[in-house]
Amino acid sequence: MNKKWILPTLYILFLMLPIYGLLTMSFKTTNEILGGFSFFPQQFTLANYTKIFTDPTWYNGYINSLIYVVINTVISVSVALPAAYAFSRYRFLGDKHLFFWLLTNRMAPPAVFALPFFQLYSAIELFDTHFAVALAHCLFNIPLAVWILEGFMSGIPKELDETAYLDGYSFWRFFLRIFVPTIAAGIGVAAFFCFMYSWVELLLAKTLTSVDAKPIAATMTRTASTSGYELGLLAAAGSLTIIPGAIVIYFVRNYIAKGFALGRV
Amino acid sequence: MSRIEFKDVRHAYPQPAGQPQEYALKEVNQVWENGGAYALLGPSGCGKTTLLNIISGLLTPSEGSILFNHDDVTRLPTAERHIAQVFQFPVVYDTMTVFDNLAFPLRNRHMPEARVKERVTEIAEMLDLSGRLHQRAAGLTADGKQKISLGRGLVREDVNAILFDEPLTVIDPHLKWQLRSKLKELHQQLGVTMIYVTHDQVEALTFADKVVVMHDGTVVQVGTPVELFSRPSHTFVGYFIGSPGMNVLPCSIENGHPVFANNLLSSGYRADTDLSGKLEIGIRPEFVSFSDDGIPVAIEKIEDLGRYQVVTVRHESEQIKMLISEDEPIPAESPMISFDPDNLRIYCDDWAVETGDA
Amino acid sequence: MRKSTNQKAWWLVAPVLLLVAFNAFIPLMTVVNYSLQETFGDNVFFWEGVTWFEQVLRSERFHASLLRQLLFTSMILAIEVPLGIAVALSMPRKGPWVSVCLVLMALPLLIPWNVVGAMWNIFALPDIGLLGYSLNSMGFDYNFTQQPVSAWMTTVVMDVWHWTSLIVLLCYAGLCSIPDAYYQAARIDGATGWAVFRYIQLPKMKRVLTIAILLRFMDSFMIYTEPFVLTGGGPGNTTTFLSIDLVKIALGQFDLGPAAAMSLIYFLVVLLICWVFYTLMMRNEAQ
Repeated sequence: MNKKWILPTLYILFLMLPIYGLLTMSFKTTNEILGGFSFFPQQFTLANYTKIFTDPTWYNGYINSLIYVVINTVISVSVALPAAYAFSRYRFLGDKHLFFWLLTNRMAPPAVFALPFFQLYSAIELFDTHFAVALAHCLFNIPLAVWILEGFMSGIPKELDETAYLDGYSFWRFFLRIFVPTIAAGIGVAAFFCFMYSWVELLLAKTLTSVDAKPIAATMTRTASTSGYELGLLAAAGSLTIIPGAIVIYFVRNYIAKGFALGRV
Repeated sequence: MSRIEFKDVRHAYPQPAGQPQEYALKEVNQVWENGGAYALLGPSGCGKTTLLNIISGLLTPSEGSILFNHDDVTRLPTAERHIAQVFQFPVVYDTMTVFDNLAFPLRNRHMPEARVKERVTEIAEMLDLSGRLHQRAAGLTADGKQKISLGRGLVREDVNAILFDEPLTVIDPHLKWQLRSKLKELHQQLGVTMIYVTHDQVEALTFADKVVVMHDGTVVQVGTPVELFSRPSHTFVGYFIGSPGMNVLPCSIENGHPVFANNLLSSGYRADTDLSGKLEIGIRPEFVSFSDDGIPVAIEKIEDLGRYQVVTVRHESEQIKMLISEDEPIPAESPMISFDPDNLRIYCDDWAVETGDA
Repeated sequence: MRKSTNQKAWWLVAPVLLLVAFNAFIPLMTVVNYSLQETFGDNVFFWEGVTWFEQVLRSERFHASLLRQLLFTSMILAIEVPLGIAVALSMPRKGPWVSVCLVLMALPLLIPWNVVGAMWNIFALPDIGLLGYSLNSMGFDYNFTQQPVSAWMTTVVMDVWHWTSLIVLLCYAGLCSIPDAYYQAARIDGATGWAVFRYIQLPKMKRVLTIAILLRFMDSFMIYTEPFVLTGGGPGNTTTFLSIDLVKIALGQFDLGPAAAMSLIYFLVVLLICWVFYTLMMRNEAQ
């Protein structure tokens, strides 16, 4: 009688098909891929993955990406914490404008900034370092973290702060010992989203690096355009980039909506 | 309007696999007479809301049947049962005006618009909402919203009963009293069956002609407030109604009379000597007094409640509460207490032993 | 929440301000500089005033990519919003399947954007991709690298694939916050399924839906990586959206003046949408 499950099932099937296409292709040999379409790999091979894990130009891409993503997440969340606290607890001169201005940076089109960023980071001699990408991604990740954390903090009654101050806690002792543990979930979600947005962004990461800090995404695009049709390798590299997201997603599944809505749900 | 009857109704919520079935409602047989004002009283989790939702058809019981005027309605969908229900938290349709909210159930039943207007105006008048008919319902205070929920039930001319599920929970204390009197007034005016769920005995006792006390998924007693107070048929009723609740003390029976602390107590009625099971006496704090001989106790605590004082005493491991007037002296040395035999009741496995007055 | 006035709170915000301003102001000023001057390299600049702006605003190329952008954005909204609402409505509210649904649906949101493009490129290849092969063997003439219509369809479907889940997840969160009592009251009032949707679910979803639509509007307006990797803006210029065009002008042709002017116009549009978003959100919160 209840046919409600059909639509979500079809939808999920639709979501899984391209991923399935990618995965099967990653297990095929180049000959098989170019030879024509097959639903299952006929000659199952792990060669594409072996190549990625043994060739430094490939696995360095992953390491580079992970390095700048982690640096960015740490910076974004740690500076966003006190700021979000200020926005959620105090009124101060220009607070609303500042909050709005932060949002505009989350929404800024990276294409607008690509060239000036290249010039800026070249000028301060950070070009092609992990730090450059990590700092550049702060442009949208700090606002994101501030907004998400502010959303979580607003849900915590102010009485918690007041009680702690009455008990003689200093601001920083209260903040680090009581407040931060209280919003641990929020911090987790903010970190997750900083991680994700830094991980999925390519335009700035590609513009700011050439060799030493080249992200996996850039390695992939270069492979796609230069070495012709190494589709199996490309598919394997792509499949591997899905893993970090897939691993953590389970832990934040109940907060995904809140995170994407910038803490406003 | 109709008489509602429960026949062997039992209900269990679906459990996660591997867990034993637990009945939220264990066998209820109960008749709700047409036009009665009932209160359904019991602690949280005793099955009150389950019972209410079974009447309105939001739940279909696992076993048993419900009759409206002798017609089986167990499988009848909610909308066809003509039941109105007011929930704990006010439900209003935010985007609609007060008028549209009240008209909603009628429009859903395709009543002609002229008649809708007539009914809504009439009910709004009754609930003192006339002045606010064209305001947005979302802007009203909690009590106003709760009146709208009630009004959506009242506009329908065919309601069999109005059910209230702890409707005053979110209402300010000074408005609670007003709203409750309003309900009482509406009951007298319309004569419709009302069933009022609450865990607050004061609310239950002031609203209802008959109180149905529930405990652990069963109805333990149905009676007028006076009956519940003076003749609790289950230790739970004695304990739950009255403040402080009834003292329940272990006892044995000798020659038909209860014995507690080596004292043969005379009770108003004789009990059979061959009772088996857990035997207890129940005595309300109002009927315990200090006396020259009786049960020796130690005084633990005295609370002054103004005109009364509650004295907590102890005999060995048993704690006994007594309610005495403020000017009554409390003996300083070796105090002893006695129980009023006319108000002493005997319980076997928690149920009152009904042997009739001796 | 009642807030107390405390100017010292500025110290807490200062690090954020510093870092974001470094990334936002300096590049923005660079863009403004370029937009008003002409340069032939070597840091020699000639004042051009608003010439570049006039040129961009008059150019057919800009009109065309703006038009494509608007068409694309409205198409994906027209598909993603109803589809997202429908999926959210039919998702289970409790039980073991909830987590499975949530995790699987969120997966596309977490894939690097260029991989999304690459994945769809592979998926849609006419001779060897799952989608392309299936369509062609079913008798459709499909080749997204050659035919503009195929390219458009693939780009739109890719975006639907990538982002509909965002709308699903947000709407689902909105739906879950509706207390059972509302549905029960509706049953008692004899409301039909449509009335439940119209008077209970939709009003309760309004807030999250506004957020979802604005986010989708803004993000689709800035879309670059996915269509760039999928089609490279082609065939011809048929899938060249604003961002792609901008990068082509700036990095491809090194026409810095027009590119900068275009950037600023683009940025102003985004700013305007952003302001609408902010105002609506703050009004929601005030209620």
